[in-house]
Amino acid sequence: MSILIGRETRLVVQGITGREGEFHSRAMVEYGTSVVAGVTPGKGGQTAVDGRVPVFDTVVEAVAETGANTSCIFVPAAGAPDAVMEAVSAGIRTIFCITEGIPALDMIPVVAMVREAGATLIGPNCPGATSPGRAKVGIIPGSVHREGRVGVVSRSGTLTYEAVQAMTDAGLGQSTCVGIGGDPIVGSTFTDILERFADDPETDALVLIGEIGGAAEEQAAAWAAEHLAHVPRVAFIAGRTAPEGKRMGHAGAIISGTAGTAASKVEALEAAGFRVAGSPTELPALLRAAGYRG
Amino acid sequence: MKIQEADAKSLLHAQGLPVPAWDIVHTPAEARAAAERLFLAGNDSVVIKAQVLVGGRGKAGGVKLAGSADEAEAIAGRILGMDIKGITVRKVLVAAAADIVKEFYASAVLDRTERRILLMGSAEGGVEIEQVAETNPEAIIRLHADPALGLLDHQARRFAFAMGLGTHWKAGAAVAQGLVRTMLAYDADLVEVNPLAVVREAGAHGTSAERLVCLDAKITLDDSALARHPDLEALRDPDDEDPADREAREAGISFIKLDGTIGCMVNGAGLAMATMDLVKRAGGAPANFLDIGGGARADKVAAAMRLILADPKVEAILVNIFGGITRGDEVARGLIDARAQQARAVPMVVRIVGTNAAEADALLREARFETAASLDEAAAKAVAATAGSRAGAAAGAGAGSPG
Repeated sequence: MSILIGRETRLVVQGITGREGEFHSRAMVEYGTSVVAGVTPGKGGQTAVDGRVPVFDTVVEAVAETGANTSCIFVPAAGAPDAVMEAVSAGIRTIFCITEGIPALDMIPVVAMVREAGATLIGPNCPGATSPGRAKVGIIPGSVHREGRVGVVSRSGTLTYEAVQAMTDAGLGQSTCVGIGGDPIVGSTFTDILERFADDPETDALVLIGEIGGAAEEQAAAWAAEHLAHVPRVAFIAGRTAPEGKRMGHAGAIISGTAGTAASKVEALEAAGFRVAGSPTELPALLRAAGYRG
Repeated sequence: MKIQEADAKSLLHAQGLPVPAWDIVHTPAEARAAAERLFLAGNDSVVIKAQVLVGGRGKAGGVKLAGSADEAEAIAGRILGMDIKGITVRKVLVAAAADIVKEFYASAVLDRTERRILLMGSAEGGVEIEQVAETNPEAIIRLHADPALGLLDHQARRFAFAMGLGTHWKAGAAVAQGLVRTMLAYDADLVEVNPLAVVREAGAHGTSAERLVCLDAKITLDDSALARHPDLEALRDPDDEDPADREAREAGISFIKLDGTIGCMVNGAGLAMATMDLVKRAGGAPANFLDIGGGARADKVAAAMRLILADPKVEAILVNIFGGITRGDEVARGLIDARAQQARAVPMVVRIVGTNAAEADALLREARFETAASLDEAAAKAVAATAGSRAGAAAGAGAGSPG
C-alpha cells in the first residue's frame, strides 16, 4: 500500500505548461508516476513533456478523458485557491498544492470546501509526496528515496529531503513521505497524516519533521501517544536557535510568547514517546534505538 | 507586517468601528496645538502615546496623561526621541483622555487548528489576553466565523451578550462584525482592540452619555497578501525594518539578522532554521537566517551574498542547498559570479545536493570551492573556518578562498 499516492494514482498537473509545472512533470514522469493529463486554460489540445502528456483546458475534461484521480497544482498564488476548488468540483479526491505565497484567508473557504466534499488537500506551500518505487507527486527529488516501511511527515520542503536522504543513506526505506506545507492554513495537519499511516499495513515506523510556530506538533504528539503507542517513532524540530517574534520565512514559523517554541515541541514529542534528534542525520540511529528493525 | 496604532485605528475607522478622534504629531509644539484644541472642546485631560511597534510602551514611559497644554508639550518633548526597546520614538498620538467606565478585550485572529477566523473576547480588558488565558481561561469567549459566510448576525449578538456588554450589546455586536470585516478587507492575521471600553462622554447641557469605543488597536497584515493592497505598503514602519531587511524583501529573500559570525545561505525556511541549529551545535553562532526561496537563480544568489557580507561580523559563509524546485547548477553559477564580485574575501563552504547536484558539483570543483557532502560536515567546516580566520590565517588556511 502506502498512503495518499501509489500505483493507482492517475495524476493531472494543473499549470503543466509553466516553467515549474513542466520541469517537475517531467521529473514525475521519469520517476514512473502515471501523469495522465495536464491543464492550462487556453492550451487544450496541446501536449506537454515531449508529447507524452495531453493538455486540457479544464480539469473536468481532463478527468472525463483520462480518469485522473489526483491533482498536483503549480498555478501561481493568485489562481491557486480556485485551482484547488476546480479540482474538487471535477471529482478529484487527492489534491497537492505546491504553490507558495497564497494569502492565508483565501485558503479558509477552500479548506472548508475540500472537507465538505470529503476530498484531501495537501498544502499549500508544500513539496508534495512520494511513495518510493510507486509514485511521486510534487517537487521532492526522486533520488533521495528508497523503498521501505518508514512513514515520513514534515512541515518543511528541503528539510524533508535532508531527513529522507539521511534515512536512505542509512538503508532505511520509506513507505510514503509527505510534506504538509509551512503555511498557517493547510489542508492536512500532522495528525491527519499520522492517522493515515496508522491505518497503513505497510508502514511500521514514523518520522515527524516539525518546526517552530503554531501547535500542530504538540497536537500530533498527543494523538500519537494515544494511538501509536507501539510504533517506533522519531522526530526533528527546526528552529531551536530562532529568536522570538521573528517570522522565519514560512508564514507559519513564528514564536510568540511561550507558544510555538522548539522547546515546547520537543518536550511534547518526548513525552509522547518520540525520540527527538539533534540533527537530521541522527534520525536513522534513533529509529533503530527505538526498536525499528527495517 | 505590523502597523502602528494610529494606522490600525484608521483602518478600523474606515470599516465603521467607533474610534475616538486622535492627532499624530512629530514635535512638542504640534502636540501643544493638538492638546489646546482638545481642552478648548471641553476635555479635562489628554493622553500622549508613543507610536512604536514594540510592546510594553506604557511601562517604558511612552504613554502619559497631561492636564494642560503646557504639560502636553513638556511630555511630548520627553517622549519624542525616547528610546523604547531600541526604537527611537518619532511621533506621538494625542487624544482626549477617556473617562473609562469598564474595559473589555476583543480580537479576530487566524485559528490554524480550526482553519477559520476566531473571534475572541473577554470582560478583562487592558491586560494581555495570553495572561487571561493562563490565569482565567473560562473568562475568554471564543467564536468561529463561518468559512464561507463570515460572522453571522446571531453570532455577533451572542458574542456581545457573553462579554457582558449589557445595554451596549448592539454596539458590541457591531464591533464583533467590524473586527471580522476589517480582517477580511485588509487580509489581516490579527485585529485586536485592547481595551475596547465603555467610556463616559460629556453631552449637551452638562449631561453625560456612555459609549463603546476602541481605545487601542493592533493589526498585523498577511505579508502574502500585500501585493493586492498596494495602499497598505505605505504603512510599513521604516523603523521596524533595517536597510538589510528592506533589501532582502525587495529581492524576495527571507532574511533575519542575528548576532553570530557564520553567514548562512539556504533554500527553504525549515532547512535554513535547521542549518542555524546545526551551526550552533557545531560550536558556532549563526549570523543570520536566510532563505533564498524556491527556484532561486543567479540574481538572488548574488543579492543573498551582498546581504550576508554587509554584516561586518560575518567571518565565514555556509551555503546549504538541497535542490528540489531549486536547481543546484543555477545556484553554483550564481555563487561563482557572486564570488568574483565579492566585496571582501570570506571563507565559504558550499554544500549542494538534490536536483542537478552533479552539474553543480562539477562547476564548483572547477572553480575550486570548498565543498561538503553533509550538513553536519558543512557546519563543522564553517565553524573551523571562523576559527581559522580569527587566528589570522584568513587568506591561506581559510576554506573556500579562491585557488
